[in-house]
Amino acid sequence: MRIHVTVNGAERDLEVAPNTTLLDFLRDDLRLTGSKECCDLGECGACTVLVDGRSVNSCLMLAVEADASEVTTIEGLAKDGRLNPLQDAFLAKGAVQCGFCIPGQVMAGQYLLQRNPHPTLAEVREGLSGNLCRCGGYVQICEAVLAASEVGR
Amino acid sequence: MQPFAYVRPATLSEALTLLDEHGPDASLLAGGTDLVVALRNRTLRPKVVIDLKRVAELRPSISDEEGWTTINATSVLTDISEDQRIRARYPALVDAAVTVGSAQIRNRATLTGNICHASPAADTAPALLVYGAIANVASVRGTSRVNLAEFFVGPRQTVLQPGELVTSIALPADATPRGATFVRITRRRGVDLATISLCCMVEATGRTQFAFGAVGPRPFLVADESGLLADLDVGDAAKDEVLRRLLTQASPISDVRGSREYREAMLLVMSRRALRLSIARLAAA
Repeated sequence: MRIHVTVNGAERDLEVAPNTTLLDFLRDDLRLTGSKECCDLGECGACTVLVDGRSVNSCLMLAVEADASEVTTIEGLAKDGRLNPLQDAFLAKGAVQCGFCIPGQVMAGQYLLQRNPHPTLAEVREGLSGNLCRCGGYVQICEAVLAASEVGR
Repeated sequence: MQPFAYVRPATLSEALTLLDEHGPDASLLAGGTDLVVALRNRTLRPKVVIDLKRVAELRPSISDEEGWTTINATSVLTDISEDQRIRARYPALVDAAVTVGSAQIRNRATLTGNICHASPAADTAPALLVYGAIANVASVRGTSRVNLAEFFVGPRQTVLQPGELVTSIALPADATPRGATFVRITRRRGVDLATISLCCMVEATGRTQFAFGAVGPRPFLVADESGLLADLDVGDAAKDEVLRRLLTQASPISDVRGSREYREAMLLVMSRRALRLSIARLAAA
């Protein structure tokens, strides 16, 4: 089936098989490999992207469902070669260990801050509860989201 | 994932015709958070997947008419927990909706899908049961209304017949002041299924209802009509006796989330807690 999607601001018109997840479409067809495949069950959050402004597990969505939607992946956050404030905060707080979960953590944090620009620690933990970090770096990850929420305050 | 055909009907009549044509070869897709997992695990092998999200009559909406609040089939849990009317009128449903999965899951998963998937642990089922919700059902043969208390048959089994789908879930307006609370136990907060879940509703008349999830083959509803549970002058021991009687219908099993004995013990603890919270919500109403 032919789908028309806007990915990170660029319009794409592509043929995709119905049994392709949005995650596989992004990684294999569009070569956007920032979104990670891990549990493939919607439990770990490594594949988190925004679809029409809402965070979703791209492993639980068929690519054909994204037809006529706007998708933002981790690759879409930096503008003109500059990281966005949340990405900067992840670096500043040392929130990245092995790094595998980080694209998903950042996208979940991005969605949280869009909805709630100044969350409490409890709200950050709740907002990121769908994202697992096997290095156990949750303290720094939460600090990074809180630090980004202070930027421009 | 094995191959399947994907169809995206624009109207309810098209969707119902497709469902009627393909029968057991078709799977319905709303949010996909259960279906895509089943497709990948090959526990479901449909020839056709019918995506309901672009059906005009099923578009996400929450509306009020004739004493009912109606939640359309493709409304996701985030839509429900953020709706001011739902927050004001059905707070226990909001309690339940915000515990499902994670933000990412709640942005895709639908209330109707949670009910039609009919997991014994479906988080939204206990709240819908105490609020007296109904499912609006449609097929090429016509429409019907099913009380949620009669909807669940067993694990992943509902009264829906081949060719039928749920177009919306409707909750009746509150007739008398009431307080309701949803509580649950999980091993971790976020992306876990309930070890036990329950919803309690205390009405100003003294009638108290409980609905339980994950402690039997299907979510179920029980009531205390005596007024004893809601009575502030009755002691805890007497209330426990009533609660134990209500809990005799629970038949929890032992699994990875907890043993039968643990679930039984926690049912009483959590029932007490939900009762206290519901009485407080009623007093604040």
